[in-house]
Amino acid sequence: MTSYLVRRVAGALVILMIISAITFYLFYAVPRDPARAFCGKICQPETLALIRHNLGMDEPLFVQYWHWLAGIFTGREFVQFGECPAPCLGYSFATQEPVFGAIVDRFPVTLSLTLGASVVILAFGIMTGMIAAWKVGQPLDKIASASSVVGASLQIYFVGPLLAFYLVDTLQLIPRPSYVPITENPVEWFTHLLLPWVVLSIIFTANYTRMTRSQMVEQLAEDYVRTARAKGMSSKAVFFRFAWRGAMIPIVTIFGVDLATLLGGAIITEQTFSLHGIGELAVRAVQNTDLPMLLGVTIVGAAAIVLLNILVDVLYAFIDPRVRLT
Amino acid sequence: MTTVSWSGEPGTSRGPGPFLSVRDLSVEFSTEDGIVHAVDNLSFDLEKGTTLGIVGESGSGKSVTNLAILGLHDPAHTKISGEIWLEDQELTSADGTTMEQLRGNRVAMIFQDPLTALSPFHTIGRQIGEVYRKHKGASKKEARDRAIEMLRRVGIPQPETRVDHYPHEFSGGMRQRAMIAMALVCDPDLLIADEPTTALDVTVQAQILDLLKELQQQFGTSIILITHDLGVVAGTADNVMVMYAGRAAERGTVREVLREPQHPYTWGLLSSMPRLNASVDVPLTPVRGTPPSLLNPPSGCPFHPRCDYTKLAGPELCFGQRPSISPETGHGDACYLTLEQKRELRTAKTEDHA
Ligand SMILES: Nc1ncnc2c1ncn2[C@@H]1O[C@H](COP(=O)(O)OP(=O)(O)OP(=O)(O)O)[C@@H](O)[C@H]1O
Ligand code: SF4
Ligand SMILES: [Mg+2]
Repeated sequence: MTSYLVRRVAGALVILMIISAITFYLFYAVPRDPARAFCGKICQPETLALIRHNLGMDEPLFVQYWHWLAGIFTGREFVQFGECPAPCLGYSFATQEPVFGAIVDRFPVTLSLTLGASVVILAFGIMTGMIAAWKVGQPLDKIASASSVVGASLQIYFVGPLLAFYLVDTLQLIPRPSYVPITENPVEWFTHLLLPWVVLSIIFTANYTRMTRSQMVEQLAEDYVRTARAKGMSSKAVFFRFAWRGAMIPIVTIFGVDLATLLGGAIITEQTFSLHGIGELAVRAVQNTDLPMLLGVTIVGAAAIVLLNILVDVLYAFIDPRVRLT
Repeated sequence: MTTVSWSGEPGTSRGPGPFLSVRDLSVEFSTEDGIVHAVDNLSFDLEKGTTLGIVGESGSGKSVTNLAILGLHDPAHTKISGEIWLEDQELTSADGTTMEQLRGNRVAMIFQDPLTALSPFHTIGRQIGEVYRKHKGASKKEARDRAIEMLRRVGIPQPETRVDHYPHEFSGGMRQRAMIAMALVCDPDLLIADEPTTALDVTVQAQILDLLKELQQQFGTSIILITHDLGVVAGTADNVMVMYAGRAAERGTVREVLREPQHPYTWGLLSSMPRLNASVDVPLTPVRGTPPSLLNPPSGCPFHPRCDYTKLAGPELCFGQRPSISPETGHGDACYLTLEQKRELRTAKTEDHA
């Protein structure tokens, strides 16, 4: 188990290196020159050269990449711009701050949003799917199945404002979405994120309802489930102790795949509710062609997905004893 | 008009009789394609401590019959009529809780493929133990000890460590032994073994059958042994029932049915079976044709589309009227040929075959 984790993390680091190198190359190969943007309208060639030098942009690309990589461990100093302490993922010239600091500031927002939505998706999706499977063919099943079709076809930027209008403005049931740090006030953290969680999870939840239902129905027809019934296990025990385990395996797998999409959804949700998370940071970085910031966000996002996938694989081994983590 | 008098309330109790008695059992499934008549008016008995072999081609209704005994059919899609008496208890009309208490406790079942029939997610010990806990109210510790004891009884080496292993860590033969241990953990009166050796290789097959016989002698368990293989029946069972299209084609003691088979279908099964003592160049002749559709079973004798003797027995009978098994008890078969004709045909056949 430990050696498995060490190997997976090492593998993840290699992957992140590759991703960063490719992203670095793609971003810095574009003709847009950040130095020119700083130089101003009347730009003397000497000033431009100086800025380029201070930004380290007068060196070959691979040397620049090397500096970037080394900066993660040693920190960097950008003359005329500012200090970038380790771990330095670059310095945003557009916002005049180290990239890593900006990401760390916003990370809790996106993390809260994604984790909360995951909980809603899994808890609610699996629950309704189980109910549907338990009542196969009966009205409850039909309601669950029909609403999951509707749910799956909804869009965040459509449902978000709509729900906000009704629940926040008209009925005043919940507060306007914003981010209150959990360390400051857990209750407000919860209530203020409730709407974004629901909105982000709606399309996914529906999917998980359908998957859970079909997986449960499939599992209930398996031989080992019949054996459990032949042993005298009650329908409830058969359903919750036996079939459930089998049904969760593909669901965990799909969830691992969905994590990336979920992160994408989080960006849209942050935009929809003006939450100051990493998504918002990324969108603004694109608008400003803030390449260091974009690179940083990409790497952190990739790292999050890779790490979560390792977690999912470990979870998988917990559910299915046939899976060996070696 | 005669007055009908009841010897008792139907469906509640009954006088002494065989240990298990299946009477006029019919099982129908409603499917998208129509109604599948999987079992049709089937009756048979099983005496305490004996083994009944049920033989027949794939799809002849062997499993469906036995799943009906355990009440494992989905009531939403299944229509069951007739009676199944286990001593003085009628099972087709029993409620869910009664059946739950019966399953795994008084009546246990072993399935064909122990790899898929065991839960991949739970240890062998837990799967055996939970039956014991459910029916005997044992504690976790007691159940575990019992599981170890059962594993030892079915011949699994080092049961103390094996008890914590998962099915995928067992070999095929070991898994079937574990399955048997699980079935026998509550000392059932009736054990239904649905092709328990089909998925195993030949040497392991023999071991498993020996184990079943040995356990039967020790504990007096009655066994229904379902198989494709008359050879298995010959070595293991006391009585045989040959099933065709959800009906009994022939029944009797193993000796009777194998020595003097009466039904053309049984002849077919026997001549499609390799014999150890026959010379290798004797051709095996499988029963010609294919099993009938149970959505739309043939009229008359269900075997008639594949039978060579309809002319001899009388086509209007074979095509028009269901033969029922006769005589009522003992060695009987469902065919219109006369005893005389059967004897002649059989002698001719064995001469061919030898
Ligand atoms: N749940 C069901 N719904 C519809 N048809 C079924 C169902 N279960 C069994 N059948 C049909 O009933 C018939 C008898 O099946 P059964 O499983 O009893 O055969 P079998 O004699 O056990 O065959 P095998 O030797 O292959 O196990 C088959 O035609 C099968 O397709
Ligand atoms: S009743 Fe007729 S069709 Fe059926 S087995 Fe006998 S001879 Fe053949
Ligand atoms: Mg079968």
